Amino acid sequence: MFNNVASPLINGLKITFAHLFKKPVTLQYPTERPVIGPRFRGLHALNRFHDRSKCVACYLCPTVCPAKCITVEAAEDPITHDKYATRYDIDLLRCIFCGYCVEACPVDAVKMTGNFELANYKREDFNYTQEKLTDKQ
Amino acid sequence: MEYEILGLPVWYYLAMVAKVLVVFVWVLLTVAYATYAERKIIGHMQVRLGPMRTGWHGLLQPIADGLKLFFKEEIIPAQASTFAFLVAPLIALVPAFISFAVIPFGSTITIGDCKIPLQIAAYADKAGTVIDVNVGVLYILALSSLGVYGIVLAGWSSNSKYSLLGGLRASAQMISYELAAGLALITVFMVSGSLSLQRIVADQAGFGWYAWRNPFLFVAFIIFFICSLAEINRTPFDLPEAETELVSGFCTEYSSMKYAMFFMAEYANMITVCAMTVTLFLGGWHGPFTDALPILSPFYFIAKVYTLIFTCMWIRATYPRYRYDQLMGLGWKFFLPITLVLIVGNGLWISVVGAGNWLGTLFA
Repeated sequence: MFNNVASPLINGLKITFAHLFKKPVTLQYPTERPVIGPRFRGLHALNRFHDRSKCVACYLCPTVCPAKCITVEAAEDPITHDKYATRYDIDLLRCIFCGYCVEACPVDAVKMTGNFELANYKREDFNYTQEKLTDKQ
Repeated sequence: MEYEILGLPVWYYLAMVAKVLVVFVWVLLTVAYATYAERKIIGHMQVRLGPMRTGWHGLLQPIADGLKLFFKEEIIPAQASTFAFLVAPLIALVPAFISFAVIPFGSTITIGDCKIPLQIAAYADKAGTVIDVNVGVLYILALSSLGVYGIVLAGWSSNSKYSLLGGLRASAQMISYELAAGLALITVFMVSGSLSLQRIVADQAGFGWYAWRNPFLFVAFIIFFICSLAEINRTPFDLPEAETELVSGFCTEYSSMKYAMFFMAEYANMITVCAMTVTLFLGGWHGPFTDALPILSPFYFIAKVYTLIFTCMWIRATYPRYRYDQLMGLGWKFFLPITLVLIVGNGLWISVVGAGNWLGTLFA
């Protein structure tokens, strides 16, 4: 009788009491920062080569993108005859942060950073252009 | 200082006002910080931190909550029965607070040649005998039953099905558990032979706490505490405001300060019930050295009450809510028969072993 009725209740009380003295797992977020793993898939960035991004506008990333959020437009450099991207836009509201674009990129132009705080006030602000994405020096 | 008003000296009235103020402020502060303590304790039991942002470790949280509720919009539903809707929070709140009038929160202190018993509705006559309400326990039982009227009225006058169901549940639960709690109290009266809380506490001097006078009283103490939790609608018996089923139960339609009043009533009831349990079963204000230093006694009382309040919160962090039929079954089929057995057993114990403090004499 006692074992059936009271002992589970008492065991429950013991467990909660033991937990009272455990170290809380709460992260005090804006002041305490989470540990971001090296392979974390946050905001995209374009690697830079000399004066512009490394992107050669090969269209592999918009092709592989499951969310169809990347828009690339190509052009030819008049001096070096290199192909480069005049436009490289990522619509972050469509992006699912799968990282396929990074895997597909043959020239290591696009990468993902640890930045995950992407909230904004206007829809337009979520359209990341090449200028916004390219690494600052 | 020999002026007399209605046959009582002036200092009696001064002491009375002082006692009322001190107790009322203490209850209000405890109500405010019980909400904070509850969130903190449950937070840590769930390996969280609880409130941390408002002030140092969230210490200003109750004040922020109070201010927020105070400035919220007052909404009265169009179909509500306005008068009952407005009065219900008061009916819930007032009995929760005035129950404290008869609870002795300390022994008799002496200031100059004035003997002041630390109990609001009590005074010491010229011979030094403390006179208090001789039916103190009945007074508290009556008031705690009155408190449920506020909840039922709130449920009915809101004109909402959730509120009505919450109110109905509260009244049914109150009636079921009051029975078992009342019967558990009878074991105390059998030993004390008095309904005056002053006498009940005085009888528990020298660690002769009723909770361990005999095994039956110990079980009665546990059952009374559990039934009290059910009476004041604390988890695991908080069915009148079961949010998974009834949105917020009887206070679904309430907002602003009227909601805050229900909230305060809930916590004030918890304090009252804990104070009552301490007074009846855990020796009231008694503790080491209270005879030599009577000023210590309120601190023992407060410590005991806070321990029980912690237990309430601990229980809340541990158990899930009862299903409604389980709740009724527990009250009627389990606690009620057990308390009846306890009364018989306690009577046999008193006639065979005696009502005295045998444990105390064993150690003395």
